[in-house]
Amino acid sequence: MQIIKTEKLTKYYGKARGIVDLDLEINRGEFFGFIGPNGAGKSTTIRTLLGLISPTSGSAQILGMDIIKDKISILERVGYLPSETTFYSGMKVKDVLKLSADMRKQDCSEQADLLCKRLQLDVNKKVDELSFGNKKKVAIVCALQHKPELLILDEPTSGLDPLMQKEFFDILHEHNKQGATIFLSSHVLSEVQRNCTRATIIREGKIIACDSVENLSKTNAKRVSINGNVNFNLLDGIRDKKISSNSASFLYSGDINHLVKTLADSHITDLTITDPDMDEIFLHYYQKEGDEA
Amino acid sequence: MTIIKHELNQRKIPLIIWTVALSFFLMVCIFIFPEMKSQMGDLNDMFASMGSFSSAFGMDQLNFGTLVGYYAIECGNVLGLGGAFFAALYGASALSKEEKEKTAEFLLTHPVSRKRIITEKLMALLMQITVMNVIVYALSICSMAVIGEEIPFKEVTLLHLSYYILQLELAAICFGISVFSKKGSAGTGIGIAVIAYFLNIIANIAEVVEFLKYITPFGYCDGANIVNNGCIDGVILAIGIAMSICGIIFAYLKYTKKDIS
Repeated sequence: MQIIKTEKLTKYYGKARGIVDLDLEINRGEFFGFIGPNGAGKSTTIRTLLGLISPTSGSAQILGMDIIKDKISILERVGYLPSETTFYSGMKVKDVLKLSADMRKQDCSEQADLLCKRLQLDVNKKVDELSFGNKKKVAIVCALQHKPELLILDEPTSGLDPLMQKEFFDILHEHNKQGATIFLSSHVLSEVQRNCTRATIIREGKIIACDSVENLSKTNAKRVSINGNVNFNLLDGIRDKKISSNSASFLYSGDINHLVKTLADSHITDLTITDPDMDEIFLHYYQKEGDEA
Repeated sequence: MTIIKHELNQRKIPLIIWTVALSFFLMVCIFIFPEMKSQMGDLNDMFASMGSFSSAFGMDQLNFGTLVGYYAIECGNVLGLGGAFFAALYGASALSKEEKEKTAEFLLTHPVSRKRIITEKLMALLMQITVMNVIVYALSICSMAVIGEEIPFKEVTLLHLSYYILQLELAAICFGISVFSKKGSAGTGIGIAVIAYFLNIIANIAEVVEFLKYITPFGYCDGANIVNNGCIDGVILAIGIAMSICGIIFAYLKYTKKDIS
């Protein structure tokens, strides 16, 4: 069953583009990555799905329900972690968690206690006194304490230290194993690569790739690192070129035979050819024809 | 009920401050009345003969030497303007503060419909204005009892009732207007309250602009009319109630479809 399905979902802010003809399908139980740089349309997509903004055209369903007509039923079963979290001034952490649970008409105290312990969150502190990372933890507990079927996470790890990031992803994987679907919007590609099974890449409001993370990683491009001197003018399809005194590193998506021949005719002392990592793939998808990163 | 409770908690301190301030000023006015009364013989004639200034505040039609006349003028200044500021500020910020303080995202991603949010915020607004007015009214009556004057219950109750309705009207209108704002509407609220106050003063001064009484909620709070006629002007009140309803309906229509940035 598809947990999220969008059909030609479009949002314009006046004349400014938000998202255009977005078709997205996310299945139950997936750990799904949503990748794109700032301004690509990630937050617009999420805000449209959550009913904060209305789509200009197109439609979307979450858990088989229409995002406009059935918004409240959807929100009962969804947990949302925003990229920037702001709570009501003067409230204690425990009051914020209770307010969130009360608005869901649920008693989430047991799950909230558990999450607070794991995230080392002091519930007696006022939210105004918390650091950005600790505010994020409060938002994490708010998003998870009612055990949602779908978790929508927008840049979830910003502000969290590496240990907390690990604990956070452990918690997410546990929820995922229990059947929750995770929709992870991020520009930290390594966390998408480590955690997600499938991902989509969005650019200028449009989806430009959607596949398993494994397949997305398989591009024709290779990361080539050399020590020595090579005449780069002889090579087509070079991107992300980094040259130091006697070494160079670049992404190569041209004819591999031509690369080997060119390197054989050059004076090199060392050579490494590897698959690019997710960041490099991301650049590959984002690069327009003829541009260099 | 969750949002009502939350709103009441969030606005607890401002409510206490406004209630204490308004009660204090009204009580001071009442406590100085006996002294004012003893000197009032000459003053009353002077107040009544200051032309437009007297008309502006209804002093040409009220006897400053009686508790009811004195209170109608003082109540108009303290409770009228102070209460109007409180109601307009609260009404104008009830919805817009969520966007200004960036808590709208937290609130609106919970399974609570926007209609319910508006309804509960309005209920909280109504409760706070009611609580403030009941306390101010009770303390005013008690203060009158303390100074040993005969309490003009009917007139005082009508005066307080009219200012209570005025506050509700201003709150409702500002509530509707605040839907447009993303950065808070404190200025708008204060501005509307001040404009409404001065429209009434202008309407009192010149007959040619008397129609302004029908626009401003201060029109049906006119102390001279209430004391002399023993009732609130029904026509102006009906216009005020209609404007309040328009503000509320507008808030529902607009906010339920608003894009939250």
